[in-house]
Amino acid sequence: MPKVTYITPRGDEVVVDNAEGTLMHAAVENQVEGIDGDCGGVCSCATCHVHVDPAWADKVGPATEAEEGMLELEDDVAPTSRLGCQVKLTPELDGVVVRVVGR
Amino acid sequence: MSDALPHCVVVGAGHAAAQLCASLVQGKWPGRITVVGDEPHAPYHRPPLSKTQLTPGQAGEASGPQMIRPAAFYDDHGVTLRTGARAAAIDRDAKRVELDGGEALAYDTLVLATGSTHRRPPVKGIDLPGVYTLQTAAHAEAVRGRLAGARQVVVIGAGFIGLEVAASLRKLGVGVTVLEFADRPLARVTSAPVSAFFAALHRGHGVDLRTNTAAARITPDGDGLSVETSAGDTLPADFVVVGAGAAANDQLAGAAGLETGNGIHVDEHNRTTDPSIYAVGDCCNQFHPLYETRLRLESVQNATDQAKTAAAAIAGSPRPHVALPWFWSDQYDVKLQIAGVSTGYDDCVIRGTPEPGHAFSAWYLKDGRLLAVDAVNDARAYAVGSKIIPTGGCPDAKLIADPATAPKDLIASARQAAD
Repeated sequence: MPKVTYITPRGDEVVVDNAEGTLMHAAVENQVEGIDGDCGGVCSCATCHVHVDPAWADKVGPATEAEEGMLELEDDVAPTSRLGCQVKLTPELDGVVVRVVGR
Repeated sequence: MSDALPHCVVVGAGHAAAQLCASLVQGKWPGRITVVGDEPHAPYHRPPLSKTQLTPGQAGEASGPQMIRPAAFYDDHGVTLRTGARAAAIDRDAKRVELDGGEALAYDTLVLATGSTHRRPPVKGIDLPGVYTLQTAAHAEAVRGRLAGARQVVVIGAGFIGLEVAASLRKLGVGVTVLEFADRPLARVTSAPVSAFFAALHRGHGVDLRTNTAAARITPDGDGLSVETSAGDTLPADFVVVGAGAAANDQLAGAAGLETGNGIHVDEHNRTTDPSIYAVGDCCNQFHPLYETRLRLESVQNATDQAKTAAAAIAGSPRPHVALPWFWSDQYDVKLQIAGVSTGYDDCVIRGTPEPGHAFSAWYLKDGRLLAVDAVNDARAYAVGSKIIPTGGCPDAKLIADPATAPKDLIASARQAAD
């Protein structure tokens, strides 16, 4: 199971070992500040917005059409923006670093 | 823990209760919190009950409820969860909540997050075993237990829950008949073109959708049931699911003398007519400044945002509730996202092709204002609508109807109209 580093809106680093599910699920399970996952992970609420560290952007992959639609009008959208609920944690993502946008 | 700390008691353990705890904790409110819920679970996500909870194993979905916050959240922050406990009465003079069994909890602040209860229409046999609503994890579990070998199910009501259940059952290959007494599905919540889309979507997936048809009588039939329709047909069913709307759980508040009427009446801070008592979520009824009318909404967004409003007031930094209502529904490969409330619209503009296989949106206008947008597989339309509706503006209808108009041009058009 991959290790994930979340950088919270306050700038704290939260490291989750053995993260499971998606970037959103692992964050909620470990009480990472700034990720709420209000819709339960169905790409409906945008409360799990993260900026993927550019070094990891290729491995994580680009946002889906639905994510882009949800995010493109947000002020804090970035080229590596993703909704955490749409990023499944696979062994290839071991070590991934994401910045939590929060609200 | 010192008794000198203020005590907040929350009655109900759904989305609103979970958010209230989270917001009080995040706001570093110094008191104690006790949550009283009559189900055996900590707060869990309710929308999946009619969707992925019925089709576990698909897409790696786990069975059992999906928790909103991990158990550690409540432990770490000293939130006491009293699951399996039911509030029986409120003694406002003594500031106590009496529980079934006689125990009483003293409160300084009480938050009613009691939710709503799914209606069972007055049909003979509606209370027979094998007739389910999908209100709780236990209900979803019961329905799941009936799925093995099920061949034919009757769904009463073509609202969101009924249609979501129909979609989930079709995914599993179960035959579904949906009975809807109105002349179209989702009649209460959307326009005719969007209803027509969902009717075509479900029929295309093999659902026998019968509009202008009610259930007249349900009778036991071997291991299953038999449903007689108002059209005189008899439908065999392994089981029946009812999705016929819900009523606010405002009885506790009403019995305590708080103002109620289609929900517990609250002010812009979600305070009831008793300043020590708040109400949040499905159970309450609040004036919405954007729509200039009272609304009682049943949605995750409403529960979450009202809980934030109440928590801010409890913590001494009140901010009036102004949140834009929004909602979603997932059926087959279709995501419906709704921004705003379309009630009372006088014009509906369609953007895109309202047929299965296409993305489209319906924009609801009234007196030069955009009230709401229903977006079908079109998150952009939803996002644009969410930006424009709170401004009181409205893009030019011709620009809306042209799918080639860019989101930023729709926003610019709305801004011009508002100026």
